[in-house]
Amino acid sequence: MSHISPVLWQYLVKWLTNFALFPPEASKIAPQMDALFFFMVLVSLVGLTIVVLLITAFSILYRKERHPVAEQIEGSTLLEATWTIIPLGLFLIMFVWGALIYFRVYTPPANAMNVYVVGKQWMWKVEHAGGQHEINALHIPAGRPIQLTLISQDVFHSFSIPAFRVKREAIPGRYTTVWFEATQPGTYHFFCTQYCGTEHSHMTGDVVVMTPDGYKKWLAESTSGMSLAQNGERLFASLSCTACHNDRADARGPSLVNVYGSRLPLPNGGTVVADDAFLREAILDPSQHLTQGFAPIMPTYQGQISEDGVISLVEFIKGLHSGYRLQQTLTTTTLLPESEGKAVPVRQAPPQSHLAKGWVKP
Amino acid sequence: MSTSTIVRLPDQSTARIPRMNFLSRENGLLSWLLTSDHKRIAILYLISITFFFFVGGALAGLIRLELLTPQSDLMATDTYNKVFTMHGLIMIFFFLVPSVPATIGNFVLPMMVGAKDLALPKINLLSWYLYIVAGGLMLYTMAVGGVDTGWTFTTPLSTHYLNTHVISAGLAVFVAGFSSIFTGLNFIVTIHKMRCPGMTWFRLPLFVWAHYAASLLMVLGTPVLAITLVLVVLERTVHIGVFDPALGGDPLLFQHLFWFYSHPAVYIMILPGMGVISEVISTFSRKRVFGYTAVAFSSVAIAVFGFFVWAHHMFIMGISNYAALVFSLLTMLVAVPSAIKIFNWSFTLYKGSITFETPMLYAIGFLGLFTIGGMTGVFLGTAGTDIHLTETYFVVAHFHFVMVGGMLMAFLAGIHFWWPKITGRMYPEKISQLAAVVTFIGFNLTFFPQFILGMLGMPRRYASYPPEFQILNVFSTAGATVLGVGYLLPVLYLTWSLKYGKIAGNNPWQATGLEWQTQSPPLTENFTRIPIMDHEAYDYEWLENQQQKEVASA
Repeated sequence: MSHISPVLWQYLVKWLTNFALFPPEASKIAPQMDALFFFMVLVSLVGLTIVVLLITAFSILYRKERHPVAEQIEGSTLLEATWTIIPLGLFLIMFVWGALIYFRVYTPPANAMNVYVVGKQWMWKVEHAGGQHEINALHIPAGRPIQLTLISQDVFHSFSIPAFRVKREAIPGRYTTVWFEATQPGTYHFFCTQYCGTEHSHMTGDVVVMTPDGYKKWLAESTSGMSLAQNGERLFASLSCTACHNDRADARGPSLVNVYGSRLPLPNGGTVVADDAFLREAILDPSQHLTQGFAPIMPTYQGQISEDGVISLVEFIKGLHSGYRLQQTLTTTTLLPESEGKAVPVRQAPPQSHLAKGWVKP
Repeated sequence: MSTSTIVRLPDQSTARIPRMNFLSRENGLLSWLLTSDHKRIAILYLISITFFFFVGGALAGLIRLELLTPQSDLMATDTYNKVFTMHGLIMIFFFLVPSVPATIGNFVLPMMVGAKDLALPKINLLSWYLYIVAGGLMLYTMAVGGVDTGWTFTTPLSTHYLNTHVISAGLAVFVAGFSSIFTGLNFIVTIHKMRCPGMTWFRLPLFVWAHYAASLLMVLGTPVLAITLVLVVLERTVHIGVFDPALGGDPLLFQHLFWFYSHPAVYIMILPGMGVISEVISTFSRKRVFGYTAVAFSSVAIAVFGFFVWAHHMFIMGISNYAALVFSLLTMLVAVPSAIKIFNWSFTLYKGSITFETPMLYAIGFLGLFTIGGMTGVFLGTAGTDIHLTETYFVVAHFHFVMVGGMLMAFLAGIHFWWPKITGRMYPEKISQLAAVVTFIGFNLTFFPQFILGMLGMPRRYASYPPEFQILNVFSTAGATVLGVGYLLPVLYLTWSLKYGKIAGNNPWQATGLEWQTQSPPLTENFTRIPIMDHEAYDYEWLENQQQKEVASA
């Protein structure tokens, strides 16, 4: 519908938006979804009109005063087939059209810029790759595909941006993704739409869509001094990951250099792609995510690293293309008191200050 | 002959309520509490669900009052959360699920198949007691502070993050589930085993077909809900870890299990209402339902397909894209039988001889509102648009159109239609027609703005909202007050009619069902002798011949 007359379309949308009857169309997918929406509205209106006309006409023509004796009619196979097949056909068109849009919304393009969003009761924490953090706000550039990688730290949340027509559940313990490309600079609401407890209705914020230059400026002004990957590298060292994952020939853990996106062999002979979700699971629940040739000696980090921390680690591993710095880090950590150098499963995480000094056996 | 009504009442100066009937047979509280008469149990149910309807309705009023302004100023957010949770739980499990089946179905279904009672009368009474226990638990939950999980009990919120009364609320729903299972079981056995001579499957009124389909869903679906709630309680108390990712559980599993019941539950609620509509439209247009078999089988088709669409509640939850594809397609298929029914009912009017008494007005309202409710369901079943519309007021508007615009209209149509049979007296016609129109207007004013709010993106279950959504919310709240009046009126005039209504006689509507061929109110045994079904359902010519014979022999 949008390609029949874009001018008329934009005029209509603007008019409806001004009367707060229709949300602004601020993303590339929005007009596509609205076209389907209006198609369905049209079908519904036609269907409703037919039903109302039938009932009204029959009520007038065949009311008792005018038509005292009813004629018994058994039914009509032809008519019934008509109103079975036509709705079915229309529903199938909607199904195919809707499925195409669904796949588009949930299949991010390869060049999308990734932003992490962590939901927790009752706030949204946004983490940009450059280390910029935001609470209940999301700054993005227009005209560039943005992928959100969502996770929840506690209950189900749902990240919804009505002006972009996208929404995705933030699930505890699992990454989900959604993408969009904002087209109109401006400020739009986002909401948590999955009921999440007391302050559910306050778990909202604003998406600020900026021009690419404005976004660059914002990035520079909001930097925390350390990118996600740098933060991840620090964590990697402080959690003593380098004790095993050090890219040396005698390392007890697999090398993590260039591991992201590669296909890893499993003990049962299968393979698995090392994506964000796999890396996260392998850190938190290593014994269930062993790769071939390695013993289950890695301790679990469940409950010891926050989701933000895991995100930093994953970002660090994603960008790990050389083992040089790992080996450097190793030489510094071996100087610290680490007796046998064996990884020991530890129940309780030592406080942060201890971590900074290195892994201390309790 | 050409009057505008089909009502034929006996001469009021001589007519009397029959001396012997199921109401007068025994007296005293115990005769009610220990009864096994399906008609008395139906009345017990009617009183109980009416009570819960008004509790749930008062909660709805509070919700609408809170949403009059953008801030959460009438109550704190956690109070609001409790109010909408209790509203949902009470309306769904204590009103909508038992509404038509346990009251009207209980009363007329055995009579429609020509039986003296349901197959398992004591189980029927047990089912009411379970309902009362469950209702008591729910009221207890409310009295000690309520629960704020939302009616969906979503984990891990319900299991780990709330300190409200999740367990007693869960148990209440668990027990209510068994009440529903017993009702369904009773209906299935009765329809299979208790049909009178000559009552073949295809001579059954469509009301019975609809209840048969709904009963299948109750018996097959409700146990899954029961198990799920037990798992929630165990997860909460002893941390078994089925749904907890930290213990290796799957948080999405809960939603699969919950919706495996709760989607069919939508059809448990609406199918019996559809049965009422078939009876009412046929009677007031003096015609056999257009395409009887298609309507009968579409009920069964809805029941069967209804079991395979549950994941359309989870399109945005990170289920695989291909799963979404399959469930979206199946959802389209379940929409078709509903469309068939709408058109078949509309064409039942064709060449009929139509009158517009109150039940018919409600039924016509049902047709319009259910069409909107059904079509907007397709918006949500379509995977692409569901992303934007799910979890917003669009969903709220959609299911209220189906449940309130559809089911509640059907319930009121049924109550007015069978009121003369149940009580032996007519309700006052003019004021009840007014109530039907008021309900229709109030309903549209309340819920239509919510579609637009949903499209704008207003999330459901919000105690506060951005100020630009206020105008539509004000409309909605205004509509709710009109709707409230529409629901209070029937309570008043139906109560009034118990004493002052006109004597109805056996068959004021000239309807063909077997229940109309016996006295009103009926005898405890329903019929003086077991009826023999020698004609098709909705055979108005048979009825006319029958009446002419009676006149001739008198």
